[in-house]
Amino acid sequence: MYSDKVMDHFTNPRNVGELEAAADVGVGLVGNAKCGDIMKVFLKIDDGIVTDAKFKTFGCGAAVATSSMATEMVKGHTLREALQITNKAVAEALDGLPPIKVHCSLLAEQALHAALWDYAEKNGIEIEGLESPAADLEELERLGEEE
Amino acid sequence: MGNAELERVYFDNAATTPVRDEVLEEMLPYFRERYGNPSSLYSIAGESKKAVETARERLANALNAEPGEIYFTSGGTESDNWAIAGTAERAAGKGRHLITSAIEHHGILNVFKKLEKNGFEVTYLPVDAEGLVSPEELEKAIRPDTILISVMYANNEIGTVQPIDDLAGIAAARGVPFHTDAVQAAGHIPIDLKKTKADMLSLSAHKFNGPKGVGALFIRKGKPLEPFLLGGHQEKGRRPGTENVPGIVGLGKAAALAVAEMPEESARLAALRDRLIDGILGGIPHTRLNGSRTKRLPGNVSVAFEFIEGESLLLLLDMKNICASSGSACTSGSLDPSHVLLAIGLPHEKAHGSLRLTLGRYNTADEAEYVLRELPPLVARLRDMSPLYKAGVKTMI
Repeated sequence: MYSDKVMDHFTNPRNVGELEAAADVGVGLVGNAKCGDIMKVFLKIDDGIVTDAKFKTFGCGAAVATSSMATEMVKGHTLREALQITNKAVAEALDGLPPIKVHCSLLAEQALHAALWDYAEKNGIEIEGLESPAADLEELERLGEEE
Repeated sequence: MGNAELERVYFDNAATTPVRDEVLEEMLPYFRERYGNPSSLYSIAGESKKAVETARERLANALNAEPGEIYFTSGGTESDNWAIAGTAERAAGKGRHLITSAIEHHGILNVFKKLEKNGFEVTYLPVDAEGLVSPEELEKAIRPDTILISVMYANNEIGTVQPIDDLAGIAAARGVPFHTDAVQAAGHIPIDLKKTKADMLSLSAHKFNGPKGVGALFIRKGKPLEPFLLGGHQEKGRRPGTENVPGIVGLGKAAALAVAEMPEESARLAALRDRLIDGILGGIPHTRLNGSRTKRLPGNVSVAFEFIEGESLLLLLDMKNICASSGSACTSGSLDPSHVLLAIGLPHEKAHGSLRLTLGRYNTADEAEYVLRELPPLVARLRDMSPLYKAGVKTMI
């Protein structure tokens, strides 16, 4: 069902982990436990360049693989370039996803955007073309409280 | 056994089972040598006819029913569809209310959904935390216009065995036809249709080491049911179509073997099941058993692991050559997790982290130990990756 690339990124995910909260770290949390996917992406940004990326994901094989690929793809890019990483580009880099898993790649794109948004907010800057992320925050907060 | 990786551990016997050698051997002549159509007059046709009737007797014996009450079908889904749609069509003039449970197989639920579109009203009985339907709730749900009650014998996901005698008894006392989907029960736990007052019962051969594509519907003598397929005179005109003779032969043989070996085999499986349940619950924190500890199919293990998603776990298990299944949305093609897990009260995020291991006659204690050894690190690996998990947190369940 999955391509070799998806299985590779699922079994050997790159960039699993977290980055400590700091002014130069943007954190994006998207998804919904009800649907079975939550992605948390951390981006470290120095001089307008993404120098490090980490993630934690609750989800299926495709969700883990797209998180891994998206964090690989974003490293070394400017904020503007990071914003251009679309779900389609992530899915293509993985040699495609089964049709029912396309929403996982959307989530990866949203997670990157949410992390960029968080960074921009923290630093009082505006990234052209970036909109406020539409995560299911209520649900995520509820889960956070239970933890 | 050491730490060797096993070639394949097949723990998905509720999905399907391999055909037993003895079953296949009895089937084989009916493909090429005894290929006659049972409805024809020459002698090879007579052999086919006789084989079908022998299978009917064997299955009737296995269920403590009469051979005349057994109708062969293409499997569990057809039997379920036929029982419900056929009853509704026949009884629509008397009433348009039907009762079922919230945890039925889709072979049942989707027929009821279609009937609802066609103006019927359906009551879905809730289940308790163990997945049990309450006889009192059933009693209360019956109305003067109720024309059918259908409650499954045992659940495919969580293995809960319903108080089917009580439920069927209530239906009989109230004069409402009662159907039960026994696809997971038949061949695994005793079924006695002289004792259980069900009017109809569905089963499928491939769930107990028979072939795929063949099943049966028991229809109690004298009970009306509209045919589902229209055609020739086969099965007394109630289920037309040339008989799947090799399949029917295989069904009969598999049923006879399953019933003869049931006392020993079900005790063996129940011991393996309990070893797995105890080992998993004891070895992996933040884990709960889905379903009932005692009213449970001998081969069913269903557990929910917090903080992880089922499909990921299945992929990792597959790399260890372990075949299992999950109640996760990601395995079903929809975003919602299993309706069964939601019905027993699991919140969505926990239902997503469910794992089902179903045991069968070829599984061994070595395989159970292998799974118990391989599973905990895989769960830990996914939890380490999960944003919901922090090591050492209190249980959410």
